[in-house]
Order: sequence, then structure tokens, then C-alpha cells
Amino acid sequence: MSIEIKNLTYIYGNNTAFYKKALDNINISINDGEFIGIIGHTGSGKSTLIQHLNGLIKPTEGTILLNGEDINSDKKKLKEIRQKVGLVLQYPEYQLFEDTVFKDVSFGPKNMGLSDEEVDKVVREALSLVGISEDTYYKSPFDLSGGQKRRIAIAGVIAMKPQVLILDEPTAGLDPHGRDEILNQIKIMHNKTKNTTILVSHSMEDISKLVDKIIVMHDSKVMYFGTPSEVFKHVDELEKIGLAAPQISYLIKKLEKRGIILKNDIYTVEEATKEIYKYLKTNGD
Amino acid sequence: MNFNISIGQYYPINSYLHDLDPRTKLLGSFSFIVLLFFINSILGYIVSAIFLAIVIKLSNVPLKFMLKGLRALMGIIIFTVLLNMLFVRGENVIFSIWKINISWEGIIMALRMAVRLIMLLMMSSILTLTTTPMQLTEGIEYCLKPFKKIGIPSHEIAMMMTIALRFIPTLMEEADKIMKAQKARGADFETGNLLSRIKNLVPILIPLFVSAFRRADELAMAMEARCYRGDINRTRLKELEFSKNDFICMICLLIFAIVIIYIRFILK
Repeated sequence: MSIEIKNLTYIYGNNTAFYKKALDNINISINDGEFIGIIGHTGSGKSTLIQHLNGLIKPTEGTILLNGEDINSDKKKLKEIRQKVGLVLQYPEYQLFEDTVFKDVSFGPKNMGLSDEEVDKVVREALSLVGISEDTYYKSPFDLSGGQKRRIAIAGVIAMKPQVLILDEPTAGLDPHGRDEILNQIKIMHNKTKNTTILVSHSMEDISKLVDKIIVMHDSKVMYFGTPSEVFKHVDELEKIGLAAPQISYLIKKLEKRGIILKNDIYTVEEATKEIYKYLKTNGD
Repeated sequence: MNFNISIGQYYPINSYLHDLDPRTKLLGSFSFIVLLFFINSILGYIVSAIFLAIVIKLSNVPLKFMLKGLRALMGIIIFTVLLNMLFVRGENVIFSIWKINISWEGIIMALRMAVRLIMLLMMSSILTLTTTPMQLTEGIEYCLKPFKKIGIPSHEIAMMMTIALRFIPTLMEEADKIMKAQKARGADFETGNLLSRIKNLVPILIPLFVSAFRRADELAMAMEARCYRGDINRTRLKELEFSKNDFICMICLLIFAIVIIYIRFILK
């Protein structure tokens, strides 16, 4: 599904002392099947932006078009839109409430009005997608580890079969191992379903490996929007606002200054190693 | 669902009232509320309305914002008005249905109660709008100190209030987040009959309670880690201090009290 955001402005506590402009004239269009990363500091408006995309927040000004249709045009359609646009909020494990994992994941599909058999099917699919084995299905979600809880909560949204999946900092507070696991699973899911996926993060390293395009948010505005290599051209500006390019791109840049030109979309150490070997093989003494 | 309740909320601006000592404001609003119950004539209501208007002006808080908070309590006011109108017995019956007589006296009584309640609620919301929760509890702790001798643990009460007040916005924010998360999963809180609406609250209440207990546990641990052990040998960073404005305020309050009592007992 394509998403188009037009002149979106959102103001908290309009006309009071709590006035705060959270989003300032945002214009973005996202094509069907794209993997988008949103990056920015705390308070830059990332979370507010994505909560607009499934109608949880109504814009103060501007419109959001989903496949060309305004999502706020009809209040009755919101439920349908929330099924199409699956949103996993920050720390989703705090939304768990049922006494078994299976029941909790089936909350979404049941709200959509699926039959018991269909619910059973989608829940099993979703849980296996996030790597939860069958012996955990009937345990209480409150007895599980933080990483497991998070994956179950993500499964709760995936089980609704959304056509757009949005994840707000799905790796916050997880250890490196849990982080890699979740990010890999998101990548695998995206490759399998080819759904539009939006990943919010404040780690460039995480995002650059996965996404097709990056949105950089700063001070309630979109600062850059483009492919990773386009965005990382502005390393100096990114550093000024406290974000940085992935570490390896600094090495690539230094090599470039010495006349060693490698391809410019390298974001992981492994890739860089490969490219440097390749360079040495063709140009080495 | 609407969590926009301005009762008990602090309005962060600068004003004459914001700068007063919390004890002055506590004493002031408390005695205003007590004096409201002495009033029994129109003149008394006018005097206290003028006093209230001056206080609102001095607080610099927009009246619109204050009234918005009052709206949440409209139910109580309407309930009181109806109760008085329907059940106060009077001589001049306007009309009667079944066993209920609506009388002229009942309507007047109801109006009086409404005005009294609105003024009472306005004054107490001004107190919380102009005083941070921390200042407020410090003031309460100080005012309760004399009762310590008869076994009232003033410090503990104040600490409990501080914590409770401190966590109201946090819990509201949390409730809002959980509600959004469940809405994103297709939960519906806006339609259906009363019973199904109550049932629909379960997915919010359980996570909310779980997190409240977790927070309480963490807070207790954090306080103990910083050697909190109640009132024993505890000192303050900022001691409360009366200023010149506080004395002016007290004198105004005293004049107001004398006027109200004069109207009630002597003018009559």
C-alpha cells in the first residue's frame, strides 16, 4: 500500500500554556512495498508521525492518503484502516493482558471478526514468524523474558495480517543479541510478504542495514528523505544534530580521501571487508 | 474517552498567586470554602464572587482553561441541583407530579447550592493550578505538624500524597499508551452498550495495574537505595518562607472574613 502524507502539522495542547508543535508541515510519499526507516532524536516527532498513519491521532492540519484515500474521512472506517496499517508501539510488551500467549495474540484477529479456525491459523502463523515455539503458547505472557514478551506483542499485530507494518523502536531496551534477532526477523518478514514496512529507530547502524529509504526527523520537521547513500552524504549535518552515519562509512570516506574509491553503499563491517579484499585483489601490489 | 481533567493539574506560568507561599494559599482556599457556608444572602454571594474574580485575575490562568476542568465535575453539580429541586419541601408549590413537589424554595435552594459548589470547585482548582504538587504537599505537611503529638504521621501522609499526585499524570500517560496499543489491535472503546464497554476496559486495566505495581516496586527500591527512612532527621533543600505578599494576602483574607461574618450576623 502506498502512503502519502500531505502538509501534515500536529500541535499538542493548542491555545494553552502546554502548546507544542510536534509536527511541522510534513510531506512524504511512500511507495508500495518499500522498507522505510525513520530516525531522529527523542522529541523529534517520530512517534507522533507514525501514530497519524493509522488514525490514532488526528492531524491538526493536512491529510494522510492510504492508496489515495484519506484515512480520516470516515470515522467508521478507522477499524478497517487499523487492520490494514499494523502499528507496534514502543515497549509493546506493556499491552499484554491475557492469561495465555495464544489468547493474547488472538485479541487482534478476534476484533477483526475472524472465525475461530481462521484465528487459530493466523495466530500460529504469527507466533512462528516471530520465533515463539509451541510449548510457550499456553504459558502466561507475564512469566516470560522481556525479549519473548516483546516478540509476542509484535505477533499480536502481525496476526492481523496488516498490509503496512509500522514498528516504533522495536529494539529499545533489548540486549544486542535480542536486537539482532528482532531486526533479522523483521527483514525476513519484509522479504517474504513484500509489505510496506516502516521502522522507527535512533540507531543509524540498525536502520542502514535494512531499509530502502531513510527519513531523518529533526525539530518536528523532515530534514532528509532518501536512500541511505543519499542521506549519509550529509554526515557533517547529521553529526551537528547528534546523529551519525554508520561507523564503517567514516572509514570508507577516509579511504576515499586517499584515492581508494569503493562503492558508496557499504554500511556493515562484513560488506566493507569484502569490498576492501576485492579492491586489494584488483589493485594490490 | 477523554483524560483532559484540569482539576489537580498545575498550570506552569508566573503570577502573583504562583509566587505565594503554599501555606498561605492552603489557608486562604480552606477558609474561603468554610466561609462560603456562612453565606445566606445575595449580598454575601456577590462579595464572595468579587473576591473569587480578583483571585482568578491574580492567578493569570485563562478562565477558559479553568472552566474546562469544571466541566468534568458538571455531573456532581447537576445531581445536587436536581436533588434539591425535587426534595426540598416549601410553601409555594409550583407544580407537583406524583409525590414530588417542586417549590419556589426548592429552586432557590438548588441555585444557592449550585453557586456555592461552583465557587468551591473554582477555588480549589485555583489552588492546584497555581501550586506545584511538591509545594502543596510541603504546605500540607507543615499544616499537619501540630497534630503529630496526637499520633498523626504528617510526614508520611505528605509523602504518600506527593507520590500519588506525582503518578497521576504518569498513569494517565500510560493508560493513553495502552489504549492506543489496543486500538491499534482493533479494540473499540467508543461504541456498544454499557456492559460491553466495561468489558472492553479489561485490556486496558490489566496492563495498567501490572505496570502500576511494577512502578511502585521500583520506586520503593529506589527510595531505599537512597537511604529514605521516613521523617527521621530529614532536612529540606528549600525551606518554606513567608514574604511581604503573604502578609498582604492574609490581611485581605481577614478583611474578607470579617465582611462575610458581618453580613451574616450583624447586617441582618
